[in-house]
Amino acid sequence: MLLAIENLTIRYPSRFGDFTAVDDASLHLDRGEVLGIVGESGAGKSTIGNAIMGLLQAPGKMVGGSIIFDGQRLDLLSKKELISLRGKKVGMIFQDPMTSLNPLETIEAQLLETVLLHSDLSKADAKLRALELLSEVGISAPAERIKQFPHEFSGGMRQRVVIALVLAGNPDLIIADEPTTALDVSIQATILKLIRTLCHHKNVGVILVTHDMAVIAETTDRVAVMHRGKIVETDNTKSLIASPKHAYTKALISAVPPSNRRIDRFTHVDFAKDRHDRKSIDLKSHWVGKEVYEPAAEKELLKVQNLTKVFNARSSIFSPKRESTLAVDNVTFSILDGETYGIVGESGSGKSTIARLISGIHKPTDGSVLFDGLDLLNGIKSVQDKKKKRKIQMIFQDPYSSLNGRMRVEQIISEPLLLGGFEGSKAELQQLVYDLLFLVELESGAASKYPHAFSGGQRQRISIARALASRPKFLICDEPTSALDVSIQAQILNLLRDLQQRLNLTYLFISHDLPVMRQVCDRIAVMKNGSLVEECPAEEIFTSPQHSYTKDLIRLMPKFER
Amino acid sequence: MIEGWREFVRSNFIYSFSRAPVAIGSFVIASSLILFAIAAPFISPYTPYDPATLNLMNGFSAPLAPNAFTGDVFIFGSDDQGRDILSTILFGMRISLFVGFSAVFLAMILGVALGLVAAMAGGVIDAIIMRVADIQLSFPSILIAMLIYGIAKGITPPEMRNEVAIWVLILSIGLSDWVQFARVVRGSAMVELQKEYVEAAKLIGVNRVAIAFRHIFPNVVPSVLVIATISLALAIISEATLSFLGVGAPPTQPSLGTLIRIGQGFLFSGEWWIIFFPSLALLLLALSVNLLGDWLRNTLNPNVGIK
Repeated sequence: MLLAIENLTIRYPSRFGDFTAVDDASLHLDRGEVLGIVGESGAGKSTIGNAIMGLLQAPGKMVGGSIIFDGQRLDLLSKKELISLRGKKVGMIFQDPMTSLNPLETIEAQLLETVLLHSDLSKADAKLRALELLSEVGISAPAERIKQFPHEFSGGMRQRVVIALVLAGNPDLIIADEPTTALDVSIQATILKLIRTLCHHKNVGVILVTHDMAVIAETTDRVAVMHRGKIVETDNTKSLIASPKHAYTKALISAVPPSNRRIDRFTHVDFAKDRHDRKSIDLKSHWVGKEVYEPAAEKELLKVQNLTKVFNARSSIFSPKRESTLAVDNVTFSILDGETYGIVGESGSGKSTIARLISGIHKPTDGSVLFDGLDLLNGIKSVQDKKKKRKIQMIFQDPYSSLNGRMRVEQIISEPLLLGGFEGSKAELQQLVYDLLFLVELESGAASKYPHAFSGGQRQRISIARALASRPKFLICDEPTSALDVSIQAQILNLLRDLQQRLNLTYLFISHDLPVMRQVCDRIAVMKNGSLVEECPAEEIFTSPQHSYTKDLIRLMPKFER
Repeated sequence: MIEGWREFVRSNFIYSFSRAPVAIGSFVIASSLILFAIAAPFISPYTPYDPATLNLMNGFSAPLAPNAFTGDVFIFGSDDQGRDILSTILFGMRISLFVGFSAVFLAMILGVALGLVAAMAGGVIDAIIMRVADIQLSFPSILIAMLIYGIAKGITPPEMRNEVAIWVLILSIGLSDWVQFARVVRGSAMVELQKEYVEAAKLIGVNRVAIAFRHIFPNVVPSVLVIATISLALAIISEATLSFLGVGAPPTQPSLGTLIRIGQGFLFSGEWWIIFFPSLALLLLALSVNLLGDWLRNTLNPNVGIK
């Protein structure tokens, strides 16, 4: 056995009493094995990894249990002994490859430093070793690339360099804390494969900390599921996914969007959440639903024609020095009334720019956007047109920046009501705010609080309530769940689906997450470098992709089948 | 209202304040100095601004020692004209604080407005405002204040000079101090403008003015408060400097700076108390306000915040 953790308990003392981040956790790991630790944010999974490395953040303290690595009690070592252990016997891969490399030194300098530190090779031998490491982690032409600086590498390549740095110390144990979360899906797959191969070839133990069940399913041999500091279940990965025993594991797995089929809604995703009876609101007669039920004049609610956006990356009065990027390149599509239209693409593909061109936050360089017959770029003249434009609302990616922290929830939701011409009494306005909160499944008590009192998922609900307060017909959802835990994501996706049915909404759903899109979208468009490469009904993208880029995306997407 | 107060008492702000001895000490010193200054007409033993109460025989009394001629005792001693130093400090602080608060208020209004306009408008307007700020920042602010003071003095009729002296002082310090506010507000506002809630507000149909005041402004208030506190200390010092140079408060209404100027003439002839006590008062006032500002900045800035 390489690593054995027994009854580990870690507490963070705080103003409101001690917070137990890890509660009586026991784990073990053998050589040549990949152990996954999976859990949602705040479950304590990263804390375990940090405790092994002796990197607990103050004021966190280990108050019980033991960590035995290779027959040695790690928790009893002095700081000095720990430092010599780190890097040499235990290596760590962090989430963000942008910050784990020194931007001022070449890859060679950084690799050499590590190699020389951990071995007694001569400088020439160390150079050879560095080259060897780079080719081991799959960097082509290592002799040339080793002279480059980190900024000349892409995110995925940088993470490979980080892995090479970790391997330089010939560690027995590697802790990878969300190693692929900051990377695009297509790169994620190769990095995970690399970690897995290295683990088996070099007979190294790997602990993979992640929130992503698909990553667990594809990479790990065994998995420990954490919930609120406790390890609720540890099992062989295959059997855990096939037949979870603990209620939390069941809930977690049922919240993961399956990559191989479309399910109607996510079941029992409200583990440990208090359900309360709510009165149902008849939306057809309610203020919120009234206007929305007027049918669109045209079947195609939104028409985007030849949309192009050029961003000036560098402006200069001398034209040769000007630089610009083509973010959106001649894109044409239309969205039917009542459907969910998905745009999928990797980071930088221009999908969010399209959302902002439609919503009017950016002005397009060329092309036109027609919303229910109204030209959004040049056609807005009357008050009636402005009112119509407000039928387009948006739900944002980051629940922490999409709500004004200095406004109470009541103010946040009533602002669009008042601007939308609500002319009722103060009491009616308040009732309407409560009704909207009910619609997004929040308590009316939420109205008097500030956003900081809410979790990410609850904030996203407030954000949805604010959008609904404008009585929209068309909602742009820009990665609405990518910042959320998987069980919260399932709840929000369920909510969005319910609202669509009840209010007859049309969605533009933008995401990088194909399994999620399979669950929600009717049609999907694939974007690459600013242009649409393929558009077809959602299921066809998965069953018979046409374009080679789409095929790659489907092949590399994290598979989680059930 | 009561609920709001309870929330405030439970907040992290009060929590970290109760755990910062330096902040508590500074707060106690600054607020008692301010209270003393406000209560000066009631608590000071003499009225130093009333020439009728002055007795030249009382000149140069040492602290706590009975005067050789009159037998009067002055706690902090007296100056060349027989003015009680303690009373003069109390009244002088009134002027220093009044000028300080008013100047900071003026600078704040000006700076916040210009900073918000620069951030919201961008482009040419932004460039003009910020270049003016840069130009002003490349001169020592005391020089700017003296320049403004000189111009203002020049255009006021001689018989009104003593009456408007205080207001001219406020104007000159306020106009030399707005740049800090404008820069900080513009910076924070530009950060806020990038956030998604601003996009949401635009989509809802909130107009630009309402976005600036209802959405952006409340979010830049913490940074403004920090700058205001630190500026207050600077403004008090600027006032003292101007008065020390003889271009500030009129001689009939000595402020701390005026007292220090009077005192430095006697520093080497043994009458140390005339300069010592006013300097000490100025030091305590400026230091405590400054430390309070430092603590405020650390607490309100999430990057270095106390957990």
